[in-house]
Amino acid sequence: MLVRLKIFRFDPEKDEKPYYQTYEVEADPMDRLLDCLNRIRWEQDPTLSFRMSCGHGVCGSDGMRINGICGLACQKLVRSFKEEVLIEPLPVFKVVKDLVVDLGPFFEKYHSIKPYLITQTPPSDTERKQSPEEHERFEEAIRCILCACCTASCPINQNKETEQYVGPAALVRAFRYLFDSRDEASEERTALLDHKDRAWGCQTMWKCTEVCPKEIPVTREIGQIKKRIHEAKNK
Amino acid sequence: MNIKHDILIVGAGLAGLRAAVECVGQADVAVVTKVFPTRSHSGAAQGGITASLGNEEEDRWEWHLFDTVKGSDYLGDQDAIEIMVRDAPRVIYELEHMGVPFSRTPEGKIAQRNFGGHTRNFGEKPVKRACYAADRTGRVVLDTLYDQCLRHPIKFYPENYLLSLIFDEKRCAGVVTYDLPTGELHFLQAKAVLLATGGCGRIYKTTSNGFASTGDGMSLAFRSGIPLEDMEFVQFHPTGLYPLGILVSEAARGEGGLLRNRLGERFMERYAPTVKDLAARDVVSRAILIETREKRGIGGMDYVHLDLTHLGEEKIEKRLWEIASFVRIYLGIDPVHDPIPVQPTCHYIMGGIPTDVDGRVLTDEKESIAPGLYAAGECACVSVHGANRLGCNSLLDLLVFGRRSGLAMKRDFLQYESPILSNESLRSVDSKIRGLLNHQGREKCDSIRKGMQTVMMEYGSVFRNEEGLKKGVEEIRSLKERYKDIGVSDKKKAFNYELMEAIELGHQLDLSEAILVSALHRRESRGAHWREDFPQRADRYYLKHSLVFPTIKGPEVRYKPVKITKFQPEARVY
Repeated sequence: MLVRLKIFRFDPEKDEKPYYQTYEVEADPMDRLLDCLNRIRWEQDPTLSFRMSCGHGVCGSDGMRINGICGLACQKLVRSFKEEVLIEPLPVFKVVKDLVVDLGPFFEKYHSIKPYLITQTPPSDTERKQSPEEHERFEEAIRCILCACCTASCPINQNKETEQYVGPAALVRAFRYLFDSRDEASEERTALLDHKDRAWGCQTMWKCTEVCPKEIPVTREIGQIKKRIHEAKNK
Repeated sequence: MNIKHDILIVGAGLAGLRAAVECVGQADVAVVTKVFPTRSHSGAAQGGITASLGNEEEDRWEWHLFDTVKGSDYLGDQDAIEIMVRDAPRVIYELEHMGVPFSRTPEGKIAQRNFGGHTRNFGEKPVKRACYAADRTGRVVLDTLYDQCLRHPIKFYPENYLLSLIFDEKRCAGVVTYDLPTGELHFLQAKAVLLATGGCGRIYKTTSNGFASTGDGMSLAFRSGIPLEDMEFVQFHPTGLYPLGILVSEAARGEGGLLRNRLGERFMERYAPTVKDLAARDVVSRAILIETREKRGIGGMDYVHLDLTHLGEEKIEKRLWEIASFVRIYLGIDPVHDPIPVQPTCHYIMGGIPTDVDGRVLTDEKESIAPGLYAAGECACVSVHGANRLGCNSLLDLLVFGRRSGLAMKRDFLQYESPILSNESLRSVDSKIRGLLNHQGREKCDSIRKGMQTVMMEYGSVFRNEEGLKKGVEEIRSLKERYKDIGVSDKKKAFNYELMEAIELGHQLDLSEAILVSALHRRESRGAHWREDFPQRADRYYLKHSLVFPTIKGPEVRYKPVKITKFQPEARVY
C-alpha cells in the first residue's frame, strides 16, 4: 500500500522557520512507521533526521508525535493508519533538527531525583533478600525506557509557566527507588519529592499513562508517591 | 575540539559502562558513545546472566565451565572461561548491590531459569543458571549501571561517532570522533583507550541487532593493522520473530516453550534427545533450517512455531512480558493463545579483536600487546565463546571483562606520559570526511547495503560451502569497488546520518569480507560455522583460532593455538 507521511522539517543551518514536507512510500501493512521513515531517508531524502536504534521498543530512541499523539515510530504499524500520517518531533523539547529534539533537560531532571539505590547498611556477601511481592511493588516501573513520550505529552510540562516540573518519567524512576524494599533513603526521597515541581507538579491528567509505550501506570505511581509523602509527613 | 583524558572508553553498553565505573576515581575517565548511553544494544538482552549461584537447584562453577567449553565446540580458551565462570557469582551479587531489580524466588533470593546448553553434572540435564529480571535483564542492568555512572564524575560524549584510532610511535593515544549534534570533529587524546563498541549483526539482512551494531570498532582496529580472531563464527539465534528478526528470548524455552514444525511435532527431540529445545543455539538454528528445507516449516514456509500456549497467561505476563508485547504489536497475535512464528536471526559474533584476559589488545599469533589499546564485550574476542556462545554468557562476558579492562587500564595508564600529538591526525581525518562529502559519487548506500546483506545471508549465514563462500567473497569485493564511488548528498554538518551510514557501510563491507575469508579457510564444521562440504569437526587440523590480518592483497588468515586446561575435546552431543 502507498503511505503518505507529512513530516515536520527544520534545519537551523538553513531554514528560517519550520515547514512540513509530504512523502509517499510503498509499504506493507505490517511495516513499522520507522521502516517508512528509513525508506524515505534511504530512497528519497537523505537529509531527513530522526533518532533510532533497536527498532522494537526497547531502547527508547524514536519517540515522536504521530498524528498528535506521542509514541515510538518502531511500535506503530502502517496498517493502523488511514490516509496521511502526521509526524512531528516530541513537544516540550527544543527541536535540534527535524524530528531530533534536545533531551538534555529531560535527563537533567531525571538525574535530579537521585535515580540510584541508596543504602547505608553494608551489603552482605551474597544478595540482599527481597520477596517476590516486594519486587512486584515496582515491577511495572522498571519497564521504563526513558523515551520521554510521557513527559512530552504532559500538559504541565507543555505549559511554559510550569515547565520546571520534573515530569512523569523522572517520577516513575523516583517511584521505582522509593518503593524498592532494599532502598534506605525513604525520608530523603520523600523530602526531595515533596515539592511543587516534583510530585506535586502532577495534576493527574493521565496523558502520560495514555501514551506510555510500555504500559506503565504512570499516573497511579505518581499518586502513590504523593500518598507516601503524606504518610511520611503525618508520622 | 582537542581534549585530553586519562582513560577513554568508546561505547556505553555494559562492557564500557562497567569499565568506566571501575576506573573512575583514580583517573579522568570519558565515555564516547554513538547513541545516548541508555540506547545501547546491551539493553536489548532479554533472558538473563549466568552464574552458578545454586539458588534454585544445585549448581557448580565446574559445570558452568564444562558447558561453556562444550558450547564453544572446544574452541573457547579454557583459562579465560574459568576466570569468567568463577567470577560470575561475584558479578551477580555486585549487580544486586548496585540495585539491579532481579526477579526473586519465594525465599527472596535471585531467581534463576533454564537456558540452552546449561546443564547439571556435565550434560546430565538442564540446570537453572540464568539470573533474570523478567525478560528485560539487559535493559535493567544497563539502566542501573548508567545510574551508577551518574554518581561519579564520568564525562560522557553522547552521539559521538568514532572515526579513527590515533597511534603515536609507541601506542594508541586517542581517537577522532564526529560529534553528531554539532557536526564538528573531536580529537580526544588519552593514555588508554578501550573499545567496547559491540557487534556487527547489521551486515546480515535478518538480525536481532539494533541499527547501531555496525562493527565500527572492530573494523577500525582491523584497519589499524590489528588482526580479527575467529570471525567465521557468527551466531544465528534460533528464535527471531518472523519476519522481522526481532529477538524472542531463549527464556521462552527456558520457561517451558516448545518448538514445533508443520506437523505439530517437537522436532528438537530428534536433534538433541537429552536436552531437546534447550540445546545450544547453533544446534537449534540448524535444526529449524533443516526442518524448513525439508518442507516441514509452517505452511511449507521458512519458519516454525514457538509454542507458549501451555504456559498459561500468568507465567507469560510475569516472566515474558516484553516478548508477549512484541508478538502482540508486530504480529497482532497473542502468545497466550497462538504459537509464535520464528526463524533464525543473526544475533552475535563470537569473533572480534583479540585480547588477553585483561582486555589488552593482541596484535599477532605470538600475542604481542598493542600498548594503550584495550577491547571488551562483543567487539572483543578473549575468547570465552569459541565457536558458539551459550545464552546468558554474553552479559557475563561484558561485566567480567569490562571490569577487568577497567582494572588493567587504571594500573597501566600511570606508566604512560600524556600523549603529545600534533593536529595532523585530526587534519587527515577531516580531509577524508571532506573528500567523502565533496565526491560526486554515483553510488548510493542503500543499494550497496542491501546487496551486502543479501550476499551475507545467502553465503555467510548458517550453512556454508566452498563454492558459495568464494562467490560471496567475489560479490563483496565488487560491492567494495562500487563503494569507492559512493555519493553523500546531504552536505550539512549536524545530524548528518547519511554521512555516518556511508562510513558505517565501509566498515560493514570490510567485516563481511573478513568473515567470508575466515569461513572459507576453515574446512571443517564447528559450532556456528557449518560447512556442508566438510560436515565433521576436524580437531587434528582446526582446533585453533583463526586470525585474519589486513594486507595489501586483502585479508590473510593465520592461526594460533587454543588454550585447553581441564577438558579435552569430545564429541558434542546434547
